[in-house]
Amino acid sequence: MLDVDFFRRWMAAAAAAVDREADRLTELDSAIGDADHGSNMQRGFAAVTAVLEKEDPQTPGAVLVLAGRQLISTVGGASGPLYGTLLRRTGKALGDAPAVTDQQLAEAFASGVAAVGQLGGAQAGDKTMLDALLPGVEALGTSYAAAREAAEAGATATVPMQARKGRASYLGERSIGHQDPGATSSALLIATLAESYERGGGGS
Amino acid sequence: MSEEKQVGIVLVSHSGPVAEAVAELAKGLAAGGATAPVAAAGGTPSGGLGTSAELIAEAARKVDGGVGIAVLVDLGSAVLTVKAMLAEGDELPDGARLVDAPFVEGAVAALVTASAGGDLAAVEAAATEAYGYRKL
Repeated sequence: MLDVDFFRRWMAAAAAAVDREADRLTELDSAIGDADHGSNMQRGFAAVTAVLEKEDPQTPGAVLVLAGRQLISTVGGASGPLYGTLLRRTGKALGDAPAVTDQQLAEAFASGVAAVGQLGGAQAGDKTMLDALLPGVEALGTSYAAAREAAEAGATATVPMQARKGRASYLGERSIGHQDPGATSSALLIATLAESYERGGGGS
Repeated sequence: MSEEKQVGIVLVSHSGPVAEAVAELAKGLAAGGATAPVAAAGGTPSGGLGTSAELIAEAARKVDGGVGIAVLVDLGSAVLTVKAMLAEGDELPDGARLVDAPFVEGAVAALVTASAGGDLAAVEAAATEAYGYRKL
């Protein structure tokens, strides 16, 4: 079972990962966006770390709902409402159970990803976060490691795509040849989920 | 001027000066008839470009008369932030609605209609109709 500590570890690992990769995310965003994705994600997850410390939520669902709400209120760019919705919807789907199964998390995360699609109106192949999240969540039914691999492959696969959503879509064909920053950070989020599972021994 | 409560208008832009200026423009063009409350929520709290859920919630509270709030947005994160806040259910007052409208023209139409005593549906319709205002 995945308990509240597992979800705290996941959020801490995500904060550490966006910290570590901030420059790379911003560099990718400077090619096809407005060069703030790394710093936005850093600010958002630093605020998540702080609020989890302060409010000390007691269930997996509460951790993710609080983290999501914090991202919406602190990021300042489109990634705030998108990642905020992803975590919050996943958290709501987990309800108030004190611990959840891998299967429950996979299903809840799938509903979070669906909410991201609904909010942003993007589809697979549009060169967005969804190009990492959709294959990632599909593979999550198999294993955490498979989800990480699928999400990373999905992010890499955005390189030849032409952006059809968000600011990069204004670039038309010039968006081709660059990896999408949102897909890259989405792959990071899923990689930290796998990392938290492997390190912490998420349970049986 | 009506004694009735009027629909509030919130203008959300990536830029503080843009939101403030559009609010001023709408009030000016409503020509003395601008009695409905309008508030700007532009940029980040530190004055940079971006969208702030905090400023949006504050602006909405300021204009809330209990009969509805029309929220107009420019693009990107402004649209997504308001949608995400509405989906949450408790971050904006009851009766707040994202209105699909061009930012400047829609703001003028919304404020004039709200000031004339139009309800939220009328304000929304007037703002959305502004898409049909052709310039050529």
